[in-house]
Amino acid sequence: MSGLRYVYAVCRPFRSALQSQLTGVAGQPPRQLTHHGLIAVYSVVPERDFAEEPLRAHLEDLNWLAETARAHQGVIDALTVVTTPLPLRLATVFRDDSALRTMMESREEYFLRTLDRLEGRVEWGVKVYVEPRPEDTEAPAGKPESGRDYLRRRRLSARDHEYIWQEATEFAGRLHATLSSYAEDSRLHNPQSRALSGAAGQNVLNAAYLVPRGDSEEFVELVDRTKDEAPGMRVELTGPWAAYSFTGEETNEETDEETGDEGP
Amino acid sequence: MTTPGRLPEPYGQGGGANLADILERVLDKGVIIAGDIRINLLDIELLTVKLRLIVASVDKAREMGIDWWEDDPALSSRARRDELARENAELRERLARLEPGRSQEEA
Repeated sequence: MSGLRYVYAVCRPFRSALQSQLTGVAGQPPRQLTHHGLIAVYSVVPERDFAEEPLRAHLEDLNWLAETARAHQGVIDALTVVTTPLPLRLATVFRDDSALRTMMESREEYFLRTLDRLEGRVEWGVKVYVEPRPEDTEAPAGKPESGRDYLRRRRLSARDHEYIWQEATEFAGRLHATLSSYAEDSRLHNPQSRALSGAAGQNVLNAAYLVPRGDSEEFVELVDRTKDEAPGMRVELTGPWAAYSFTGEETNEETDEETGDEGP
Repeated sequence: MTTPGRLPEPYGQGGGANLADILERVLDKGVIIAGDIRINLLDIELLTVKLRLIVASVDKAREMGIDWWEDDPALSSRARRDELARENAELRERLARLEPGRSQEEA
């Protein structure tokens, strides 16, 4: 079988079938390669697109990148329905089956340990936005009557702004504390800018929570309940995702340091 | 097809998934394994130039005033260190006031 091996994920063998129509990157169906007690899920992809040079060029093309990212995520999503996959980063490509096996052999211990840790868990994404206020976009009514009036308006607007930020950060902090105590683990990601997300408002919290499947319904309800708590704020939930944000070995810094700092 | 455990219906995924959410995960999270095709995603100009604007950097976040996790001792080890440093400085200052002669000798 010629062509390169694009690997999506590593998981334990699963019994349910994937959707028969499922296609991955390059429109290719996902296949499985078993090695000891592990499975690599991959597609055979053409060298003309996935060898180093063409791949590098493709990655500079936002349309290609978006399509490939969605296809990658589509396979991970399908796997999440039937098992607990360990998702690999986009564009992990091997020469042939033998190279893929060698990688699985050398990483076997890590894969097994991490799969054990994540077994039966999914990731939920929670974002908080400060809703754009109509005043932000509309010009203030009328021209300032005087220099003093102008300064007064500026002061008011700065104070409003500060107040809104304070409200938003307090709300985000409270929400994160509540959700973290419910979830098994959590990660804070950088806020997303509007440029790509296309979401209205300013993103002030972008977090991921690791939650057992069995507790997910309750977690979703917990998030839902907060939605009306803070006027001017919008809470967005995404998931269930494969545990993308929790594949690393490091534990949450916050819980890690519960033992206390060694003060002088 | 049986599913292991009950899962609520997907939120915000499928066709309507935010591209930023997907890119954030497939490019920035997940297991890093060096394959045979050596591509360092950080070397890709589009990714470094455009996507770093897309997923705002921590510095950018600070600039926008989003830094609540840094100042909350319950969430940030840095905040806890800062708090200790502040306490230390305060104690030194009080010590210096109480023992003016001594701190001058030391100086």
